[in-house]
Amino acid sequence: MSHLDGNALAGAFAETLGIDITAATGRCAGCRQVFELANTRSFVTAMGKVMRCSHCDSVLAVLVSNRQELLANLSGLSWLTLPRP
Amino acid sequence: MSAKSQRRWHIGRVTNIRQETDTAVRLKVEVPTWPGNDPGAHVDVRLTAPDGYQATRSYSIASSGDTTQVVLVVEELPGGEVSPFLTHHLAEGDELEVHGPLGRYFVWTASDPDRSPVQLIAGGSGIVPLFSMASAREREADHADFRLLYSVRTSRDAFFCEELAAMSQTNVNIVHTRESPSGSTRPPGRLTRDEINRSTFPASVRPRIYVCGPTPFVETIAQSLVQLGHEPVQIRTERFGGTS
Amino acid sequence: MGVINSGFGGQRGSGHPRLPPGQTIADDWPVLTAGPTPDVTEDEWTFTIITESGAEHRWDWNALHALGVEDIVTDIHCVTHWSKLDMPWRGVPVERLFENVDTTYDYVMVESTGGYTTNLALDDLFDGQAWIATEAEGEPLSAENGGPARLLVPHLYFWKSAKWVSGMRLMPDDEPGFWEQNGYHLRGDPWQEERYW
Repeated sequence: MSHLDGNALAGAFAETLGIDITAATGRCAGCRQVFELANTRSFVTAMGKVMRCSHCDSVLAVLVSNRQELLANLSGLSWLTLPRP
Repeated sequence: MSAKSQRRWHIGRVTNIRQETDTAVRLKVEVPTWPGNDPGAHVDVRLTAPDGYQATRSYSIASSGDTTQVVLVVEELPGGEVSPFLTHHLAEGDELEVHGPLGRYFVWTASDPDRSPVQLIAGGSGIVPLFSMASAREREADHADFRLLYSVRTSRDAFFCEELAAMSQTNVNIVHTRESPSGSTRPPGRLTRDEINRSTFPASVRPRIYVCGPTPFVETIAQSLVQLGHEPVQIRTERFGGTS
Repeated sequence: MGVINSGFGGQRGSGHPRLPPGQTIADDWPVLTAGPTPDVTEDEWTFTIITESGAEHRWDWNALHALGVEDIVTDIHCVTHWSKLDMPWRGVPVERLFENVDTTYDYVMVESTGGYTTNLALDDLFDGQAWIATEAEGEPLSAENGGPARLLVPHLYFWKSAKWVSGMRLMPDDEPGFWEQNGYHLRGDPWQEERYW
């Protein structure tokens, strides 16, 4: 029921950036592995949502919402590719 | 499904709540603006406290198709924040905010021209998206061959018992890890590679495989499948678990 | 107009004089984990302070306890709006680890096994304000609650009380740690409601 993989962050990505990451691929800036974002590990906490590399545990992305704005930090991803909508 | 529609929060109304197991409830939510969803897709559910505090969790959808009814099964995780509210405090008639449908990777659609066999492998509550796929297959007269292998602790923990028993288009095999039902010849225990080999489509027919469950389950099963000769690209996984 | 789920948020009634604004009392102890829970035994555990000269001051489990363990009863406040009052802890005051540390810097980056970081001013760590905690509620800290040892800085929001703490690196300026880089306040005083940037 509750997701622990990249799918757990799909809603937050759609809301913050308007993109669907469930069919996206990306590359870890830490270990340089390329993977489907659906296969990453995610940690959904009351402070924010954290996506980690399933190979090296590096933080790939952090999404935080406060009452005024939504913050997306993607600095752990070298790149990501998305299918055209 | 455009990016624009995904950004939208829908307001649904809970029309029916029933116990699925001792610890899980099945929620039917009527969402008038719901665009329908593919089997296997999921949805974010957002709760807002009277003081404005919000918490969001992602749940797989048990239903699919062109409908405004969204069916979820929520298992209570003790000490959790969202699941105890949904399992104990939510009442029929209450409103819920939902966001979705989400998911283009872990889905199966009847319009897919690929008719190669489909193997579903579920651990515990990971049955939900796979049940959605098997139910969609059930609505098609002629389509790919489906098999479901469902690992669950005891028969009391199994979701969708009646529906799975009534399926005619999917070969359903339920195994128990903690306690076997009376009359079963299989001793309780985790799925072994040999057992997976015997009760799933062989690699030679190149099945598309969907595996969903807790992280250790998914990793063990995926590893066994690769050892049995399945190509990693044929295996799609989704991990569930402890986020409460 | 959004939906309000009345009854969600539990006993979010507040008004207790020891509750900072926007906080409510939690009976249990919610766990917030932004990464995998590391498995560190007491035998393996070490704590290292690194100064501007590169000097390293290191303690193992026994050396930490030799500095003197105190009983603490304190309130803790999580930025996610829950507080726990009168929580019993045991730990070693942070200033005892700094007795022989020579630095002119005013800030530290707290580092944890697993890569978590959080920044703190030395002014928030000394004078009985912060501890390296090894027990809570009469029990050794469980791994999910940060064991074998976590930082305890109860006058700031609880994300500053880093779990699985492994060391501190002195810094000349206040630089943001993990949550502080991602929208959360550099200091995090609950009485000022310093939640976000």
